[in-house]
This record gives sequence, C-alpha cells and structure tokens, in this order.
Amino acid sequence: MGIKNKGYTLPQLMVTAAAREIADNEVIFVGMRLPMLSFFLAKSTHAPNAVGVYELGIVRDTVAPEGILTMGDLPNLFRAQWLADTADAMGLLQQGFVDASFIGGAQVDRFGNLNTSYIGSVENVDTRLPGSGGACDLASLGKRHIIIMAHQKHRFVPRVDYITSPGYGEGPGWRQQMGLTGGGPSAVITTLGVLHFDPDTCEMTLTSVHPGVTVDEVLENTGWPLQIAAELSQTPEPTDAELSMLRRFDPKGYWTGA
Amino acid sequence: MSDSKLLSLSRAIARFVPDSSQVVMGTSLETFIPFAAGHELIRQRKRDLTLIGPISDILFDQVVGGGCVHKIRAAWVGNVITGSGYNFRRAVEGGTIEMEDHSNLTVSMALRAGAMGVPFMPARTALGSDLFKTNTSLKVISCPFTGDTLAAVAAINPDVAIIHVQRADEYGNAHAWGNLGITREACMASRHVIITAEEIVSPDVITSDPNRVITPGFRVSAVVHAPWGAHPSPVPGYYNRDHQGFIDYRTASKTSETFADWQARWVDAVHSSDDYLRLLGEERVAELALNHHVIPEAVDYGY
Repeated sequence: MGIKNKGYTLPQLMVTAAAREIADNEVIFVGMRLPMLSFFLAKSTHAPNAVGVYELGIVRDTVAPEGILTMGDLPNLFRAQWLADTADAMGLLQQGFVDASFIGGAQVDRFGNLNTSYIGSVENVDTRLPGSGGACDLASLGKRHIIIMAHQKHRFVPRVDYITSPGYGEGPGWRQQMGLTGGGPSAVITTLGVLHFDPDTCEMTLTSVHPGVTVDEVLENTGWPLQIAAELSQTPEPTDAELSMLRRFDPKGYWTGA
Repeated sequence: MSDSKLLSLSRAIARFVPDSSQVVMGTSLETFIPFAAGHELIRQRKRDLTLIGPISDILFDQVVGGGCVHKIRAAWVGNVITGSGYNFRRAVEGGTIEMEDHSNLTVSMALRAGAMGVPFMPARTALGSDLFKTNTSLKVISCPFTGDTLAAVAAINPDVAIIHVQRADEYGNAHAWGNLGITREACMASRHVIITAEEIVSPDVITSDPNRVITPGFRVSAVVHAPWGAHPSPVPGYYNRDHQGFIDYRTASKTSETFADWQARWVDAVHSSDDYLRLLGEERVAELALNHHVIPEAVDYGY
C-alpha cells in the first residue's frame, strides 16, 4: 500500500472519499463509525445544508460541537433539530425523504448485497457477526446507499453467505420484483479504491484506485472477475483543510488514526 | 392516590423477572442502557430469558455471558465502538442460544404492533433479505389496498420492559428526555414495566410537564432508584458516555475465563449503586460530568 508517508491515513482517505458522495441539501441517514465522520466532513465543506438523520431518533442540521465516538454521545443530542423515536427516523426513511445513507459490511458481492450477520450458514455458523442494526432498513429504503469496507478477497465474494442488507440481489429488476422501494447501493468505498454500480448490469465496477494502489492489487483482492471503468481515475487525496477538520472531529484518532 | 411502586433493584427484578421471561431492554439504543438492572439479572442467576431489543450495545453480551439467555430477538448485538460481542459470538457459534434476526425498523414495528393491540404492522423493509430465514415473525404479504409487496412484522408483547430514565415519581410516572429509540412502544407493548431512575422526584415535578412522561404510571409495575444505573452508556442531563468502559469490556470479554473475572468484579461483588461508584472511582465519575448545559425555556401547561 502506498499510503505511508503521504501525510494522511487510509481511513482519512476513505472518509474523505465517502464525504464526496454527499451533495448539498441532501438528507443523509448517518450510520455508526466512519460514516459519521464523512457526514461531518461533507457538512463542513461542500454540503453545509445537508441534514443528518440518526436511527436513535435524532435529526441534526449542525455538526456535533465536539468529537464523538457514537451517535448517542451527548454532544450529538446538544441543540439537535429533533429528538424523537426510532420509528420517526425510520418513517422519514420509509416515506422516501432520505437521499443517501452509509453502511459498513463484512462481506459483499458483485451486486452489492451485504452480509453483517453470519459467515458460513445459518445452520452451521462459522462466525456470528453483530447483525443488521438499521443497515437492512437503509439498504431497503434509502434513495441510494454507500458501502464502506475493507477490500479483501474473503470479503469480496461472488455470493454473500447471508443477505443482511439487500443490494441488487441477483441483478437487474430484482429489487422491483422483491418490492423494495429504495434505489440500492450507489458506491463502495474500500481500502483499495472506489467502485460504482453499472446502471445496466447492476454490477460493481472499479472507478478509482487509491494513490499507490494498482488495478492488479484490486483484482487480486476481489473474489470475482471485476469490471473496470473505461475511465479509471485515482481517488483524490484529502486536502490539508479536510485533514484538519477530520482531526477536529476525531481528535484522538480513534477512527482515523494510523 | 395509588400505592407506592418504589422497590429495591433486587426486589423489583426478583418479583417481575422470573426465569423464562421475555425481557425488552436497551430501547434507546446507545443512550439510557439499563446496565444496573441487567447486572441484577446476572447476580440473581436468571435462566432461559428471551432478550428483545434493537442494538443493546454490550448489555445483551453481558447477560449472555452470565448464562441467563435462551433466545435473542434483536437487530444487532455487539460493542458499538469496538465491534463484536464475544459472549454473543461464542453462544451463537456454539449453538447455545437461539437467534431471531431483526432490523431496527422490524423490532420497532413488532413492539408497535404489540403496543397497538394488533397482530402485525406492515413495513417496506427487509424484502429480499435473509432476515426471513432466521425470523419467523416476518412474512411477505400483499397490501389489500394497493397490491404492494410488504413485510408483515408480527407483534411482540414482552413480559417485562426494563427502562432507565432521568426521573420518576414513586407511582411509576417517569420523565425521559433525549432520543427515545423504541422506548414508548416497548413500555406500551409489555405486560410489566420496571423503571430505573437517576432520581425519584415528587409527583408535582412529573405533572408539571406531562408531555415528557414516557408511559402512564398505571402501566408501570416497579420504580427503582438507580443512580448511575446506565453507566457506561450516557444519560442526557446526568453523565457522558464512558468510552473506556466499552473498550475495557472488549478486552475483558475476549474469553469465557476473562469474562468470568469481569463478572466477579463488576457484577457479583456489587450490591448497590454506592458499591458500583466506589469501584468506578471519584476521578472517573468526575470526568463523565457534563460541561455544557442547555436549560429549555419554560412552557405553560396552565388554564
């Protein structure tokens, strides 16, 4: 990996890449960990009017006044726009008011189906992961969702062991057939690059590689023959201004440290 | 006036949480997690409990580690800032507990159906997911009005809800402010409600602001004075989240042996909130104090 000695960490690059997926004025359903930082960064740079919805029953149109580790930390409740119930946050989502959300994953496949529940099978569990939380709801109901995860061959598999959070299922038309109203995954930010989904085939397609990462490295770490965009770019590095903001949001480097 | 419902924590848990109960806890997700009450379940060696909740943070993992659990009906079980819940992993991987997988929306709708006295609530979530494989409370239905494909979520009516709040009177009327998660549905859906509160206050304090009451007192079975009863999770107006508590627990719960040591020190040796605070130490307690306050404008409920 070529990230070393570049003046930023890999999580900082990923958080910045994810932040760029947020547009101004959007309503964002903010998930735990790195997505919180991406939302804060987007709000503090190019998306000052974005609104954050949190599954605990919090709506905020400002960034929490201090660095936080969970969405329930008291600074995230401080002068919130709305403190309410989980069903209220989920109601906004289910009605179609949420533009984008962010989800982490342990296992993903070419159609963006995500597994955060069982490695192995339900009957024969190799590894039990924490489960859905709100992830299944975000993947089912948001206009689009962005996946953030480590890029390793055992995680990028041809078919996930269990669909916790539906992507495009088995391909084009599947979501409509299932009755899903949300749009599905739009991007995957990984430790190696950024991928988007082909609108015709619904397949994950590599659109940028991180500085110092080769396409071969991405292919070696993907468990199926990965599509590569005709115009492949390099993921933009975080700017000094972005890095200084991230240090403010995560002062001890808990999420974005080396 | 009705009789006082004020009980000690041990009496409330002994009386209203028999073995094999279905217990809903951790209903505000990352805030107000009723750790003191959860620890009492472990101290009393409860068995065959079914735990119901959205994410629970590390509370469900602890009660699983205490050997109290037969089944979990939840969306997520782990440690929010560190990842896996190790007792939970060991139990599911070893096949010693049953799992009913929910999402936060389905568990919320299950309790809302219970709260409304109807057999199910419809939702548009989880369609096409494998939650249906491990959750027989979910079924795909067709809307009788629109023909839309929907997920029907069967009602859950727990035996008891354990809810931590800022303040309550001795008759069960409780004030909570902050994010409430699925607390209101959980109280309404459950046969019994145990309130654990940072402070016990006079009924006048509660009736001065009835919008802040989470469920009417007549639905509550017991009220327990439990200062710091949600530590290490945060309670708005009282204390911040103790991140180090969650980080230390990750290490402590990595093996069954280290968990047993943790349980001996932090659960079995503790018999009161004073014991717990002594163990925590003055310095750590002071570090969790609020440094910034917002006091709302007064409102007038008069006539």
